[in-house]
Parts: sequence; C-alpha cells; structure tokens
Amino acid sequence: MMDTIKRRALPFAAAVMLALSGGAYAADPGAAPQVAATTPNTVTIDNFAFAPATLTVSPGTKITWTNKDEEPHTVTSADGGVTFKSPALDTDDKFSFTFDKPGTYKYFCSIHPHMVGTIVVK
Amino acid sequence: MDQKQLPLSTDPAHAGQTRRGLLKCMAWAGTGIIWSVAGGVPRGIGLGGMALAAPADGFSFVQISDSHIGFKADANPDPNGTLQAALDKIAALPQKPAMMIHTGDVTHLSKPEEFDTADQIIKGAKLDTRYIPGEHDVIGDDGKMFFDRFGATGRTPGGWYSFDQGGVHFVALINVLGFTPATGATLGKDQLEWLEGDLKGKSASTPIVVLAHIPLWSIYPQWGWVTPDADQAFTYLKRFGSVTVLNGHIHQVVQKVEGKVTFQTAMSTAFPQPAAGAAPSPGPMKVPADKLKTVLGIRDIEYAPAGGLKLTDETLA
Repeated sequence: MMDTIKRRALPFAAAVMLALSGGAYAADPGAAPQVAATTPNTVTIDNFAFAPATLTVSPGTKITWTNKDEEPHTVTSADGGVTFKSPALDTDDKFSFTFDKPGTYKYFCSIHPHMVGTIVVK
Repeated sequence: MDQKQLPLSTDPAHAGQTRRGLLKCMAWAGTGIIWSVAGGVPRGIGLGGMALAAPADGFSFVQISDSHIGFKADANPDPNGTLQAALDKIAALPQKPAMMIHTGDVTHLSKPEEFDTADQIIKGAKLDTRYIPGEHDVIGDDGKMFFDRFGATGRTPGGWYSFDQGGVHFVALINVLGFTPATGATLGKDQLEWLEGDLKGKSASTPIVVLAHIPLWSIYPQWGWVTPDADQAFTYLKRFGSVTVLNGHIHQVVQKVEGKVTFQTAMSTAFPQPAAGAAPSPGPMKVPADKLKTVLGIRDIEYAPAGGLKLTDETLA
C-alpha cells in the first residue's frame, strides 16, 4: 500500500515543483537533471492493467515494468512489437526498455490485447 | 434469428446469476444430466435413460482445455496433477473415446519444458489427440514451438485444419494469433476464406463441430471474451442443420443456443476463472483446496446419427 501511495504521489510532486518554480527551470538548464531524477520510471501491471496507463518521461529514461498479477503478461509496442517486445512476464518478472527518442509510444499486452498503455517521451 | 438462452446466462448485467447458474449446472453434471442436442434444441436426459447406451453407428470423443502446464500460483500449485486427474476421469468413462480434443492453453508460458511435460502427461492417456493453441501457447514465437509439437498433420500454413470422423465434420480454428489492441482476437481474412471453401462441398445435413480456443460469440468483450469477426464464419455455417461450437479460454461452462448453433465453453483442468464481470479482472480464481476439483473438469461428447450430439460436462471431484 505504501508503495502505491508513493508511486502515485511522485508525478504530482514533480508537477507541483514545476508549477511553483514558474519559469525558473526553463531559464536555468542546470536544474533540469534534478527534475529528471525524480521522474517516475516504473509501470506496474496489476489486475490486468498498466499503472500508470500513461507515463511521461524525458529522453534517455529507462522504464521498468513489473508484473504483479498471477497471470502472465507482455509489454509489446503497438507496432506489433517492432520497437520493443518483452518475453512472457510471469508473476514478479520485470522488463526494461530505454526510450532515447522523443515521441508517443503506445503499447499493449499481446496476450490480453485489451490491456493498453502509453509512454510519452519529451 | 431465434435465440434461446440456457440457464447459464451470458448477459454481463446478470453476472451474479451466471455464477449461481454455473454452480447449478455443475450440480446437474455431478448427478448425471446430459445435454442432448438434436435439431438445435438441447434437452437434459437422465443417465438412467438412453444416454448410456452405446450409440448405434456413432462414437464418442472428449474435450479437455486450459491445462496451463507451468502455472505455479496459489490457485493451483499442481496443474500436472489435475491434468492427470482429468485423464484418469476419461480413462474411467464407460466407453473409450475415439479421440481427445485439447482446446488450447496447453501450457502457461509457451516454454519448451512446459510443452515437454504436457506432451508426456497427455501421451500417457494413449488417445488420438487433436490440439488447437490458446494465447498462452504462442507467446513470443507465434506458435512455432506449439505447431512443431502439436500441429495437426495436413494443417494449413496458418495452422487451422479440418477432418472427418464418423460422419461428423470437425473444423479446428485459430483465433489466438496476431492480436492487436484494436482487434483483439480474430480469425482473419485468410482463415475465413479457407473456412468458406472447406464447407462448400458439405451437405447441409452433415453435423459440424467447430473448435476454437477463445469463444466464438460475445461473452464479455471487456475481458476479451469475444471473437469479433466470428460473425463472418457463421454466415458460412448457418445452412447446416447442426453446428456445435466447443471453446475454452474462460475456464467455466457457459452455453448459448442460437438457431441451429450450440455454443459451449469448457472447464479448465488447472484453475477456475471468475464469471464475467464478477471480479476486477479475469485472473485465476482461488477456491479452497478441497473444492478445486469441483470447478475443474472434462467434457464427454457422444454422437449417434439418430440422436445427434450429447454433451456431458463432468467435474474432477
């Protein structure tokens, strides 16, 4: 439960920091890595869903998915797994992929195609 | 099209009733009721009646499904043992079946050792066994390992096939390959064209049995319990007087009759799943260990030219 709260709180905290600081970060490129360091880079698979369903990260971020279900899942890019494709992830198995280029990456579970998620890199 | 709903409701709005209906059906199965299908109208026949008589000029076969060899979680730590229990149940049937059908998810994770184990256990039954893959059998390699081991002789390049047995025409379809987020499970254009051609020369009085892993009718699209382009397949099947569709995937018995077509999903030999919409997700359902065999099972199907197909679902309890 603590994990869940922490995970969900992080994007909000990052957003608040950005909002409070106004244009300061934009004017000071040296501050940018600090923001990147607090960017969440994990996706949990639980109850046949990717959480968060949409995750926004900066280029070069390595994202790790963890399957918490008793059912196996995959992480497969919507282009049929050309961009990235995990093997079958059993319970507690992890898969990581580093997103170098900006863009919107839609993905799904190739075993349960109604499970979809998005990574936004910008 | 006239539609008759059997006691097992497939309407998600009545998910609670579905669960109760399922238990009720299992109770019937345990006390020996057979679903007889003749002219599209199913009726129950007590085991004390004609059902046990050897079908004149007929034969029987059995269906097992969703053995998930390699599954390790709490819902069933021993899927090898429950698969063996299913085969023992089949060996104890009064009539030796002419063949066995496995309607997919033979393995849990498509691993070579899982295919090996499943193969060894099933070979022990010494039955002519025909397979179709489930989505768990084709992970990562589009089914290459599955087809190398379990692919039917004479199958098409896509893996689907048909055969005749004792006057019944069997069509084994595949709807677990090429999933996309937009389409989910599909039969696809190539397979539909093949099906149209395969059925073309058949007389309308030929009984047809259609096998596919994922249900060929819409049970609960929210959980992917649907094959959207199956409607096209039924335009080719509707001229036949008797069509029986045997599916797996949802680990419970759900039935529907639509015109001359009877749809029926099967119990798993490994673990049960919740009724449509009755849980946050369709993941494995945990039941007390001493109740597990009451929610796993096999299906015995008897065919007699005069009486049509009779389906009996039996639990492993």
